[in-house]
Amino acid sequence: MIPLSWLIALSAVVFVIGVVGVLVRRNALVIFMSIELMLNAANLAFVAFASHMKSLDGQVFVFFVMTVAAAEVAIGLAIIVHLFRLRETVFVDEIHLLKG
Amino acid sequence: MHLPLLWIIPALPLAAVLMNLLIGDRLGKRGTTVLACGSVIAAFAFALRAVLHLAALPEAERHVEEFCWTWMRVGDFSADVSFLLDPLSAVMVLIVTGVGSLIHVYATGYMSHDPSFRRFFLYLNLFMFAMLTLVLADNYLLLFVGWEGVGLCSYLLIGFWYERPSAAEAGKKAFIVNRIGDFGFMLGAFMLIGYTGSLKFDLVFAAAPHAFTGAAITLATLLMFLGATGKSAQIPLFTWLPDAMEGPTPVSALIHAATMVTAGVYMLARSHILFELAPVSMEVVAVIGAATALMAATIGLAQNDIKRVLAYSTVSQLGYMFMACGVGAFGAGIFHVMTHAFFKALLFLGAGSVIHALSDEQDMRRMGGLAPKLPWTHATMAVATLAIAGVPFFSGFFSKDEILSSAWASGHYGIWAVGILGAALTAFYMTRLYVLTFRGSSRLSHEAEHHLHESPPSMIAPLVVLAVLSFAGGYVGMPFQEGGHAFERWLRPVMEAGDVVPVHHELSRGAEWALILVSVLVAFIGIGGAFQAYLASPGIATSLRERFSGLYRVLDHKYWVDEVYDRLVVQPFMAVSVWLWRVWDSLVIDGLVNGVGYTLELGSGMLKLAQTGFVGTYALWIALGVIALFLHFMR
Repeated sequence: MIPLSWLIALSAVVFVIGVVGVLVRRNALVIFMSIELMLNAANLAFVAFASHMKSLDGQVFVFFVMTVAAAEVAIGLAIIVHLFRLRETVFVDEIHLLKG
Repeated sequence: MHLPLLWIIPALPLAAVLMNLLIGDRLGKRGTTVLACGSVIAAFAFALRAVLHLAALPEAERHVEEFCWTWMRVGDFSADVSFLLDPLSAVMVLIVTGVGSLIHVYATGYMSHDPSFRRFFLYLNLFMFAMLTLVLADNYLLLFVGWEGVGLCSYLLIGFWYERPSAAEAGKKAFIVNRIGDFGFMLGAFMLIGYTGSLKFDLVFAAAPHAFTGAAITLATLLMFLGATGKSAQIPLFTWLPDAMEGPTPVSALIHAATMVTAGVYMLARSHILFELAPVSMEVVAVIGAATALMAATIGLAQNDIKRVLAYSTVSQLGYMFMACGVGAFGAGIFHVMTHAFFKALLFLGAGSVIHALSDEQDMRRMGGLAPKLPWTHATMAVATLAIAGVPFFSGFFSKDEILSSAWASGHYGIWAVGILGAALTAFYMTRLYVLTFRGSSRLSHEAEHHLHESPPSMIAPLVVLAVLSFAGGYVGMPFQEGGHAFERWLRPVMEAGDVVPVHHELSRGAEWALILVSVLVAFIGIGGAFQAYLASPGIATSLRERFSGLYRVLDHKYWVDEVYDRLVVQPFMAVSVWLWRVWDSLVIDGLVNGVGYTLELGSGMLKLAQTGFVGTYALWIALGVIALFLHFMR
């Protein structure tokens, strides 16, 4: 049995990797994948706690998160595709029209 | 026949105004003429009917009130739209509608070539409405409505030819000068409300002797008199009237001679109970009236514009009316209002006829010898000149003599002397006007000579009617009658109402004869002098002018009153206004308003730097925020 603290530490590491990825990468697709990493870090934490507390609630939450993530991917990819068609780039630092 | 139907008298001209506004363009010139003159003549008919009704009543009951509706009610104070016909307003309403009808008829001829024919009659009818409201009102508030209404129409009609800058300026001047007087009148009315709780004539006069004391009533009456000096062109607010001659001549005759300018005298006579309670105010009125009468008469000596001579003459005659009020002879003042309305309207209309005949020439130095060319105008003008000069058996003689003998009888010998001197000057400058215009040799320009023509019948007929009135109008006021003359007896219910019975100064028959003799004598001296100086040996006038060149300059420049006012009032006021504009308005007010805008703009300018448009930056801020929250809750 792997101790809970290891699992939480792994989840935190994955989450931070996701945060850093969102902050430092320029490619919208990679940012997207980093967001998925953060979601999955959260999933991992849910599952770890569910197993630790012998409760199914955490497991059920994970399904919801995965559903939301799937929907988000569908919409997000559609936006990125349209963005590429419009501006021929997926680098977010080249897309900065919305400013004061 | 039981209802006097007073409301319909002002309503008729108002209806004509509305019809002219709404469908005037479809009526055409003829329709406008019929509408404008018809409504005023109908108002005259209704006024006559109402006055006959009044005259049929016993003397003590000659006081017809007609309530229309309550205008406003605030606490204990209420103001009604209701009309009052008593002997005083009866005289005024007949003058206004009667002389008004004649002048309307005259104006159809005089204005027939003007492109703004319809607008002219619109204003003129609006004036009739306002003036009739003024004289028929039964409270000071409704009177003030009419008072302001005639002021507005005066402004509109002086500036009728608004494309002439001088006319626009004159209209503005009349309006602003009148505002100063109106301000005084309003303050006076506020004091009446404060002390008597009402503005209705009856209630005010009934309450005044008990509610009003000493300085308060003196101040209130002086403030009301300030209003009268504005409307009736007395010192210190007389300067607008001569400039008002920029308006069309029928306007000068109707508004600036016969009716509107006498509103101040009417108001004083209406308020005689209040003035009799304030002897100091009465003295002020008498002195101002006498001073105005003399000053305007002297200025009239040196003017060359025919209408300006008449304008100063009007100011001077109004001074006589105030002189009468000031010495307590309010009836004599109203009597002079009536005779003056006849002969001064006639003089203005006659002058208009001359101007019309000479293709808009107004300078008397380019007239002369017109008598045979304009026989009707000449004859009627001669009657008016004799009337105003105070020649016996003409109307002006009776009224002016009554004023002067009242002044003497009440012990105002100085005022009487000034009045006599003014009468001599009046006779002189009016004869000068007559001689320069109609007698001697022609000094017309060639072109004016060519176009010279007598005026059309629509202009001559009113002249003839007014000439008859100018001659015969005075016989209601024959002196030497037991118990006062007819006009005095007619006004008695008004003039002797109230608690304060005016003191009667009876003169002995011999003294009255002597006074009449003196005034006749000065009238003939004035007339004879003018004939001598301007017709028999014209060298006299020139040599006099050279001998007294300093005095002539003073008179020619009208005592520099306009210049003094300009320096003392207008320029400081302009300087303050410019300061308010440049400093207070542009810097302070605009600074505040713009300052708020600039502050917000600066603040948002700095805030907007945070919005870079880079998704990464926003994400960083979110992450930092999350970390901050995390640290906060972990503490």
